[in-house]
Amino acid sequence: MPVIKVHNLSKIFGKRTKEAQKLLDKGLSKEEILEKTGSTVGVNRASFEVEEGEVFVIMGLSGSGKSTLVRLLNRLIEPTEGDVEVDGENLATMGKDDLRKIRREKMSMVFQKFALFPFRSVLQNTEFGLEVQGTDKQERSEKAKEALELVGLGSFVEQYPSQLSGGMQQRVGLARALANDPEVLLMDEAFSALDPLIRKDMQDELMDLQEKMRKTIIFITHDLDEALRIGDRIALMKDGSIVQIGSPEEILMNPANDYVEKFVEDVDRSKVLTAENIMKRPETVDVDKHGPRVALERIREQGLSNMYVIDRARNLKGYVTADDVSAARKQEQKDFHGIIRTDMPTVEKDTPVHDIFEIIHDSQVPVAVVEEGKLRGIIVRGSLIAALANGNGNEVNGDDA
Amino acid sequence: MMLDIFSKLTFLSIFTDIKEFFNKQIPVADWVDEAVKWTTDTFSWFFDPIKEDFGDQLEKFAELLADIPPSIVIVITVIIAFFLSGKKFGLPSFTLVGLLFIYNQQLWEQLMSTFTLVLVASLISVIVGIPVGILMSKSKWAEAIIKPILDFMQTMPAFVYLIPAVVFFGIGMVPGVFASFIFATPPVVRFTNLGIRQVSKELVEASDAFGTTGSQKLFKVELPMAKTTIMAGVNQTVMLSLSMVVIASMIGAPGLGRDVLSALQRASAGTGFVAGLSIVILAIIMDRITQNINKEKS
Ligand SMILES: Nc1ncnc2c1ncn2[C@@H]1O[C@H](COP(=O)(O)OP(=O)(O)OP(=O)(O)O)[C@@H](O)[C@H]1O
Ligand SMILES: [Mg+2]
Repeated sequence: MPVIKVHNLSKIFGKRTKEAQKLLDKGLSKEEILEKTGSTVGVNRASFEVEEGEVFVIMGLSGSGKSTLVRLLNRLIEPTEGDVEVDGENLATMGKDDLRKIRREKMSMVFQKFALFPFRSVLQNTEFGLEVQGTDKQERSEKAKEALELVGLGSFVEQYPSQLSGGMQQRVGLARALANDPEVLLMDEAFSALDPLIRKDMQDELMDLQEKMRKTIIFITHDLDEALRIGDRIALMKDGSIVQIGSPEEILMNPANDYVEKFVEDVDRSKVLTAENIMKRPETVDVDKHGPRVALERIREQGLSNMYVIDRARNLKGYVTADDVSAARKQEQKDFHGIIRTDMPTVEKDTPVHDIFEIIHDSQVPVAVVEEGKLRGIIVRGSLIAALANGNGNEVNGDDA
Repeated sequence: MMLDIFSKLTFLSIFTDIKEFFNKQIPVADWVDEAVKWTTDTFSWFFDPIKEDFGDQLEKFAELLADIPPSIVIVITVIIAFFLSGKKFGLPSFTLVGLLFIYNQQLWEQLMSTFTLVLVASLISVIVGIPVGILMSKSKWAEAIIKPILDFMQTMPAFVYLIPAVVFFGIGMVPGVFASFIFATPPVVRFTNLGIRQVSKELVEASDAFGTTGSQKLFKVELPMAKTTIMAGVNQTVMLSLSMVVIASMIGAPGLGRDVLSALQRASAGTGFVAGLSIVILAIIMDRITQNINKEKS
C-alpha cells in the first residue's frame, strides 16, 4: 500500500491564482502565465504514489519546483489545489491539530542548509522533535542519543552546531529527523551543501541506514548522479510539472522527452566510459572440459540464471540457461551439445557506455565484452547504472570480487 | 460694467474667506487640553491610586537603596561588572573609581534615586514592550498600526510628555516614570519585532516541520534566536530611560537631574559639571553592564 498518494497537487504563488489555473488549463507555459497574471507556477498538477520503504527521488533543474513540492507534502506551503494522502488521511484539507500530529509523528524533514538551532547543543537539537511532542526528559535523551549513535555522532552530544563540520552538521540534521522515528523522511537537497567527497560518504551512509530502517524517503536533488545512486524510483520535474517517473534504468534508457534526455546526457561520462571500464569478471564454463553437471553447480552456487560458455582459448562460444542445463543434466547428457545459445549481445572493449544502454535494455543475458572473439568480461544492468552513479568506472571494476 | 465689478467683488470675497480661514487658528491645542482634562477627571479612580501608592513605593525603594551602606553597593556592583565583562579589569576599575567619585561628591542619595527611577521605568518598558514587539512581529496589521505610534512617541520632543505626566500624576517620581515609559519603550518594541522577523526562514520551517505550536515556536526558536537583538533594544531603552529621568527632574523627580537643574538656575558651572559627570558615569556603567549581559548569554 502506498504511504503517500499525491493527486493533482498544485501550487501557484501570487494573487491571481484562479486566473493562472485557467491559463494552465489552456496550456500556457509558466513564463506566459507569469507575464499575464504575475503569478508563479510552483507545482503544476503533480500526481504520484510512494510505496512504503521506497526511496523516491524528485529531480529537476533549479526553479523546477522541487522544494515547493516537498513542502506541499507536509504542508509547509499551502496547496492551491489537489490532495496529499498520508496513510489514507488527506493532509491538504485536515485541521491544524491533525496536521501537527502528522508532522510530529509521521513525517520529518532534513534541510539543505541543515537548519540546526545554533543555541542548542547537538543533543538538544536532536531532541527537538520529541521535546515538542512532550516526551519526558529521560526518554527523549535516550532516543536522541540512539539516533546520534546511528549517524556516528555518539560522542559529540555536548558540542554546538557551530563547532561541527558541514557533514557532521547534516548528520545532526538527519539524527534530529530520525529521533522521533517517523514513517516518512523528507529530504530537500540534504547533501547539496556538502563538498563532493563528503557528499558521497553521506549518500552511502544514508543507504546503509536505509537498509536497517526501511523508511519511506522522499529525496530532492538536482544531481542525476545522486538520484541514480540512491533512488528506487526517480521523478523528473520541469517547470512545476512531473515529466517522467521511473526506475533509474527506465529514466536512463527511455527518456520520456528531450528534457529528460538532455538531463541524462549531462552524465557526460556515459560517453567517456567504455565497456572495459565497467565490465565484471564473467562466470564461465569451458566447453572442452565441462559438462551440464559443472555448469548447473556453478549456476546454482552463484544464483544466476545463465552462464557464458568459452573454449580453452577463452573464445566465446555462447551461453547456456539454467533451465536448459538442468534438463540436459536430467537426461544425463555429458556435453553442451544442442543447448548453447548464441543470441547474446556483444560489445567491444572500447564501446562507449552510452551505446551499451540500448543493447542492454531488452536483453535477458548480461552483455558480453569481447576482444578478437575472446570473452573479456560481462556487463550487467546494475553495474551500468552504478558506474554512472559512481562517477568512476574503475571503482566498479575494483569491487566486483 | 456692472457685471465686471460684481465678478471682481465675488472673487475678492472668496479670497478673503480663504485668507480668513488660514488666519484663524485651528484649536488643536484646546482640543488636546480638553481631552487631557476629560481623561484626568474620568480616570481619576485609576490615576490617583497610582500617583499615591506607587509613588510611595518608589520613594521607599529609593530610600532603602540609599540606606544600604555605599561600600556594600559599590563592592557588589564591581563584582557584577567583573563577572559580566568576562573577568576583565577595565569595566570593574571604571565602576569602582566612578562610584567612589560620586560618593565623594556627596551625590550618593541622588544617584540611588536616579537609579531607582531608571530601573523601574526600564522594567515597565521591557515588560510592556517585549509582548507588544512579539504581537507586531506576528501580525501585519499590528505592525501597520503600532509602527506610526512608535514613531510619534519617539520624535515628539521629550519635554512634551512632562505636561500630561504632571496632569495625570502630579509631581515627583511617578510622572517621571510615566514620561520615561513613553519615551523609552519604542526601542525594545522595535528590536523585538525586528529580532523575531529576522529569524531565518529555514529555522522557522524546521520548527513548523516538527509540529510546534505557535507558543512552542515562539519560546523554543524565535525568542532564543532573537535574544541578542532584543537585548540590544533593552540596552537602548535603559539609556533613553536614563536621559528621560534626568529631564524629569523638571517636574520634581528627585535624583542627579535635579542637581543639574538647580546648577542651571543658579548658573553655577562647577556643580552642574559634577552632577552631569555623575550621570555620564552612571550611563556608562549601565550601558556596559546591559551590553555584557547580552554578550554573555549569546
Ligand atoms: N514563496 C514564493 N513566492 C513566489 N514564488 C516562489 C516562492 N517559492 C518558490 N517560488 C517560485 O516557484 C518556482 C519553484 O521554486 P522551488 O524553490 O520549488 O524550485 P526548486 O526546484 O527547489 O529550485 P532549487 O533547485 O533552486 O532549490 C520558482 O519559479 C520560484 O521562483
Ligand atoms: Mg529547492
